[in-house]
Amino acid sequence: MSETSYEPNIVAFCCMHCAYAAADLAGSSRLQYPPFMKIIALPCTGRTDLGHLLRAFEDGADGVLVAGCLEGRCHYQVGNLYAKQRVNRIADLLKQIGLAPERVRMINISAGMGAKFAELANEFARDIQALGPTGLRKAAAGDAANAA
Amino acid sequence: MIVAEQKSLDEIRSLLRGKRKVLAVGCGTCVAVCFAGGKREVGVLASALRMAGQLDGSPVEVDELTVQRQCEAEYIEALKDKLADYDAVLSLGCGVGVQTIAEHYDGATVLPALNTKFMGGPTEQGVWLERCQGCGACLLDYTGGICPISRCPKQLQNGPCGGTDAGGRCEVDATMPCAWHLIWEKMDKLHRQDELLEVRPPKDWSTSRDGGVRRIVRDDLRKPKLESGA
Repeated sequence: MSETSYEPNIVAFCCMHCAYAAADLAGSSRLQYPPFMKIIALPCTGRTDLGHLLRAFEDGADGVLVAGCLEGRCHYQVGNLYAKQRVNRIADLLKQIGLAPERVRMINISAGMGAKFAELANEFARDIQALGPTGLRKAAAGDAANAA
Repeated sequence: MIVAEQKSLDEIRSLLRGKRKVLAVGCGTCVAVCFAGGKREVGVLASALRMAGQLDGSPVEVDELTVQRQCEAEYIEALKDKLADYDAVLSLGCGVGVQTIAEHYDGATVLPALNTKFMGGPTEQGVWLERCQGCGACLLDYTGGICPISRCPKQLQNGPCGGTDAGGRCEVDATMPCAWHLIWEKMDKLHRQDELLEVRPPKDWSTSRDGGVRRIVRDDLRKPKLESGA
């Protein structure tokens, strides 16, 4: 499979107060962001926990993006800062597992930054495409026990 | 509570070398509230182990089970019919939990995923500090509720040593306040400093660890035995 035809599995956990609305704005502004990015709306990125982020990889994600409000602008004050700490922790854990820590990334944007969302989402997708598949995708087919 | 910390993934994986099917068992009590071995931590660790194994070509099947309390036989009954299916039990309980499972299930290989650190509590979110060493003869009554056994590296009984700086910090670690400085200040606040000047007999350390395994027997709580012929 050539790099250009490889479609990574990317999961984006988006805060509904900012990034989710920004993704919507990107769409209605006809700005292209990766169609293979699966967006999951959260009431706040502070809702993510280590289990969510890690399970996404186990279930076949090649990259996980966590998109929250600008720092200091969280609807719940510090939810996005909690998310950032968890993303850092998962990056460490990915390294121990044998995956590149760059596969998880936190971005901060406001609801009005549709173009920025598209730009950062495309940038992340390019980075993940360059890293290639994790080698865990088989597990997503429900064959974890016999995989590899 | 008992405060524990997870071993590194590398260390846990080396404990599990050669094991193909593992049951990761969490505990819903102390180690759950210090985020080391509760249901969520079992999920994260199991997931990490499965992925790491798959990536380096040594796949391991890790199933998850969390009991309310690993240190009591009744609660680990839930493992009874499952253990035959596994090469090892990976306990995310404290040292007591690991030993209870190992004692209760003779034929099972029980491996610790945590390092049990101390008896203590959170002082702020995400920070735990040691507060008790279980010396068996509590003296918090005359130290204003501040324990010099667990909070003074020398376990001094009669005031600070020369290693306390002018700010009341310990020479062992500048972030650690001198226990006796804290005690003196607290007793001042309580207008009880004169109590600290009383001469006390030496501490009885026979109640501490030096005599080996300690034991408490409560006759009123033990299972009554029926006298034969009664």
